[in-house]
Formats: sequence, C-alpha cells, structure tokens
Amino acid sequence: MTDKIATRVAYGNALVEFAETYPELVVLDADLAGATKTQTFMDTYPERFFDMGISENNMMGVAAGLAACGLKPFATTFAMFAAGRSWEQVRNSIAYPHLNVKIVGSHGGLSVGEDGATHQCIEDFALMRAIPDMTVLCPCDAHEMRLATEALLNYDGPAYMRLGRLAVENVTDSVENYKFELGKSLQLRDGEDVTIIANGMMVQMALKAADLLKEQGVSARVINMHTIKPLDEEAVLKAAKETGCIVTSEEANILGGLGAAVSEYISGIYPVPVIRHGVRDEFGRSGKAPLVLEAYGLTPEMIAESAKESIQLKAD
Amino acid sequence: MKNTDVSELKKIANELRQSVIKMVYQAQSGHPGGSLSAAEIVTALYFREMNIDPQNPKWEDRDRFVLSKGHACPIQYAALAKRGYFDESELSTLRKEGSILQGHPDMKKTPGIDISTGSLGLGFPSATGMAIAAKRDGKDYRVFVVLGDGECQEGIVWEGAQVANKYQLDNLVIFVDNNNLQIDGTCDEVMPNIDLGKKFAAFGFEVYEINGNDMEQVVDVLDRIAEKRDSGKPKCIFADTVKGQGVSYMENQCDWHGKAPNTELYEQAMRELGGTL
Ligand SMILES: Cc1ncc(C[n+]2csc(CCOP(=O)(O)OP(=O)(O)O)c2C)c(N)n1
Ligand SMILES: [Mg+2]
Repeated sequence: MTDKIATRVAYGNALVEFAETYPELVVLDADLAGATKTQTFMDTYPERFFDMGISENNMMGVAAGLAACGLKPFATTFAMFAAGRSWEQVRNSIAYPHLNVKIVGSHGGLSVGEDGATHQCIEDFALMRAIPDMTVLCPCDAHEMRLATEALLNYDGPAYMRLGRLAVENVTDSVENYKFELGKSLQLRDGEDVTIIANGMMVQMALKAADLLKEQGVSARVINMHTIKPLDEEAVLKAAKETGCIVTSEEANILGGLGAAVSEYISGIYPVPVIRHGVRDEFGRSGKAPLVLEAYGLTPEMIAESAKESIQLKAD
Repeated sequence: MKNTDVSELKKIANELRQSVIKMVYQAQSGHPGGSLSAAEIVTALYFREMNIDPQNPKWEDRDRFVLSKGHACPIQYAALAKRGYFDESELSTLRKEGSILQGHPDMKKTPGIDISTGSLGLGFPSATGMAIAAKRDGKDYRVFVVLGDGECQEGIVWEGAQVANKYQLDNLVIFVDNNNLQIDGTCDEVMPNIDLGKKFAAFGFEVYEINGNDMEQVVDVLDRIAEKRDSGKPKCIFADTVKGQGVSYMENQCDWHGKAPNTELYEQAMRELGGTL
C-alpha cells in the first residue's frame, strides 16, 4: 500500500505518461485544468491541449469534431458539467455518431465537499448509462485509474469516466497481474454470505465493511465494478448464485446507477435480494467531505448494515 | 436606503471585504478573488439601491438580486448579514456541514437569496424570468444580476441576453464584473471575450462602462440608470474591476480565485483592510 492519491491526480499523470505512445491523444478542459489535473498535460504538451474556457457544451462539440478527424480527445471538466450540463451534446454529437471521445468528469459525488450541491454530481452514472452505446467507468484508486486511462486510449468509441476529488488508498496495486479490462470486474475478496458490488471510492469502504462483517461472523465477497456499462453480468450472476444476495454501493444517487444496473440485470435472470447503498435520492450539501459522506450514510458501517439487511431478506 | 452617502458606502464595502476574508479563512475554503472584485457593486446595491426588507425576505415587491457568478457568495453573505437577514455569527459557519451558508447560494437555506446559483451561466436566464414576471404582474421591482467575465463564455449567457432584448426588460440591470481573470488564466488567454461591452450593446442592452471598484462611479451609474427606468431596454453596467481588490497579494492573481489564506496571510489581509483580528 502506498500513500493516498486522488484518482484525478492519477488521471492527469497518465495523460502525460501516455502522450508519446498515443500521438492522437489530445486533451480539452473548460477552465478547470488545475482542479481536474489536466494542467500538467497542458504545460507539457501545450500544442495538444485546448482550453475551451467556461463553455462545456461547446467543448463536447469541439471534441466531436476532433474525433471525427481521427484524434483521441479527452474532454475533461467537473462531472456535474460533463455529464449534466452537456448531456445532450454528449448524446447527439458524440454517442449517436459513435465518436471516439472520452468524456471525463472529475469531482464526482458528494466528496466534492465544501462547494456543495451545485457541484456534487450524483446523477452522472444514471445520465451517462441511459445513453445507448456509452461506456461508463468509475475506477477506484490511482493504480486502476492509470490502467483505465490506457484502456480508454485503446477503446474506439464514446466513454464517460468519473474521477474523484479526494486522495484514496490504493487497493488494486497489490492484485497480482492485474489486467484492467473494460466491462470486466475485479473480485477483491471472496465470501459466501453476501456480495458487495462497489465502484469508485466505495470500493475501499466496501473492503472495510467486509472487515466489519467478518468480525460479526459474516463472510462478504467484494467486487470492484469499475465499469458500470457494459456491466460484468457474468460476475453478477455468479455472485447471485454463490452468495444468494447482493449489496451495491456507489457515491451516487441510488436511482439509475450501479445499483440499478445490477438490479435490472439480476431481476430478469436470477432474482436475489439487492440492497442499493448510496445517496438516497437527495441533493448533497456543503461541508468537509468526510462529514458530508457520514451525514449521507456513505460509510463502511452503513454498507455493512445494508449487507445484513440483504442477508436477512435472503433468509425470509 | 437611498440616503447613504458615498463615504459611508466605501466604509461598508471595506467592512464586507473584511468579512469575506474572515469567512474564507475560517472555512479554509471558498472564493476570495471574485468576492472582493464585486464588493463595491454588492455594497451599492444592498445599502443604497435595492428596495428590500430584511425583515421580510420574501416580500413579493422586493427588488431581486441574482449572483450569477455564484462562487462569489461570501460577499453577498457578508452584505445580507450586515443588513440583518441573519445573525452575523452565521458567517463563521460558511461551507461547513449543516450551515445555512452553502458553498454556492441556496435559496432554500439562506434568507435573502432570491435564486440558487453556482453553475455558471444559469443565474442570468432565471433573472430574465423574474423580470418578465414583474412586467406580467404589473410590478415595479427591478432585477439586478452580477455576471463574471469568464462566465460570459457560456453560450447560455447570450441566450439570456436575447430574451432580455425580446421582452424589452428595462427592469433588468446586469453588472459584468470585468476583472479579466478566470481560473486557468486571464480571459484573454483562456478564451478571449472580444469586446464584451459591445456584444451586450449588439444584443440590445444600454451599456454603461465604469470602474467597478470606484464607489462614486457605481453610485452615479445606478442613479443614471434609475432615470432610464422605462427606456424599453435592459441595462448592462460593464464594470472594470480588479480581482482580489483590497488585499495586495490577491490583486490580479488567478491563484486567489478559490483558495483560503493561511494564518499569516489572513492577518496581513486584515491589517491591509484595517480590520481587527
Ligand atoms: C458551468 C460551470 N463551469 C465551471 C465552473 C467552475 N468555475 C467556478 S468559478 C470559475 C471561473 C469564473 O470566472 P469569472 O466568471 O470571470 O468569475 P470571477 O473572475 O469574477 O471570479 C469556474 C470555471 C462552474 N462553477 N460552473
Ligand atoms: Mg473574472
């Protein structure tokens, strides 16, 4: 385990690292290069960086044009503006024509903290998932973020990836021979009684929840579902069959995101209880990130509670 | 409120600046630069121009204020507290868990906020809606808006401007806080605004150019505009300002857009503003 690093920092570093290998890579931002960490790329490759100013919708259109001419644009801003503000540009200018644009939304979820509800995007998974042909990602740590960025460079099509603001523990760097594959989840811990399927920062919390559960004699499997779409259905089905109940955990509204994806799939093929842990359909608010997360129940303790609820449902 | 003299207003603007610095220091988070650049504008509106009643924040005939560049809310919170919308002790809770003072203006949580903002560009169209409502309901109130110059890069600002022209919203007054800075650099570098004042003129606004950190000029332009109340045209006060105005190390520095001072710099800022720690 290394020092805590934010996934946005890992993303910024990865852009620079892969710049020489992928000469078609270009980066766009909308006056947030410092915060989204595209700044280093901007400083290192100024001729491959395009600051669109405060005009996110416009940025998506420009990115579409660049992609139509063979470049690999990574259009980056806060998740709120990438997935929210520019939704229709993303849908019609990028996804519909299947253009090779990567839409990158930093500062996803409530862990934005002090800026408050207008900047705490909890709807990006749902919004992006609803678009046909869109790949949707939320890697959990710096190590995985680097791999995900390279995977996106090698994927020819539209994708949305969420980055987090907070520094987080690396949990995938100790996984031997970790080959990141879009749409293929990563099991971090095996278990028999319940499966916790999480993404982003909730993966670290899910591992802590599994520890808490273990102390209480409950064996929990933990799956890092870094790709929300396409969903790793095989892993979900296997979890349903082997553990008989599921908890999903995401730093997002429980409507329409990872929990919805898992529920939608499993209800039609092998129905088992699925408890969706996340933001319960309410707006965020200002405060230091850890306090806000706690106030909204985004904690290992609440994941463990949800796990027990799910197990209870299975028994009923 | 009309009687407040200019020297008194200058004193208030300075007090509000001190509040901004103190608030952002206590929160260790927030946006000092754009708050300071708008201090004279916000002071002149809240302590002289606007027809408002702090005892009755939802009074239906009140003038409206829309901080379209919502990140600058510390300056508005300072004004609201001093006008008595809520207790000044609330200011120390800025951006903290459970506070009525959110990181960006929230009309559900803070008395005196007429509309929630924070996502740039969105305040302005809402302000035109308020101005249309006034006309439709035969009411006299006016709607005042503060826009950032970087914010004017959002296409929706110009969609809003079209509406102001079409509906002849002479009850709408917008200030452009023209400090030539955004986050990634100067506006000229990041996305040149090209003759912003002339653009608003082309969109049918009466445009008045002033130094927005000069209280005499702010007061004077508001008086001139009040006389043109029924001109049939929306008004744009194109205000040249200095981001971070009043605190030497913040002036004209991008870096102080959204950053809190440490104790040493906080104390320096308060000394420069003549405040007590
Ligand atoms: C739609 C949107 N995009 C991006 C941001 C992030 N942001 C906050 S302030 C800011 C710069 C604002 O510059 P300007 O409008 O000139 O304001 P000022 O200089 O007065 O602070 C940006 C990009 C935002 N709040 N909303
Ligand atoms: Mg500016």
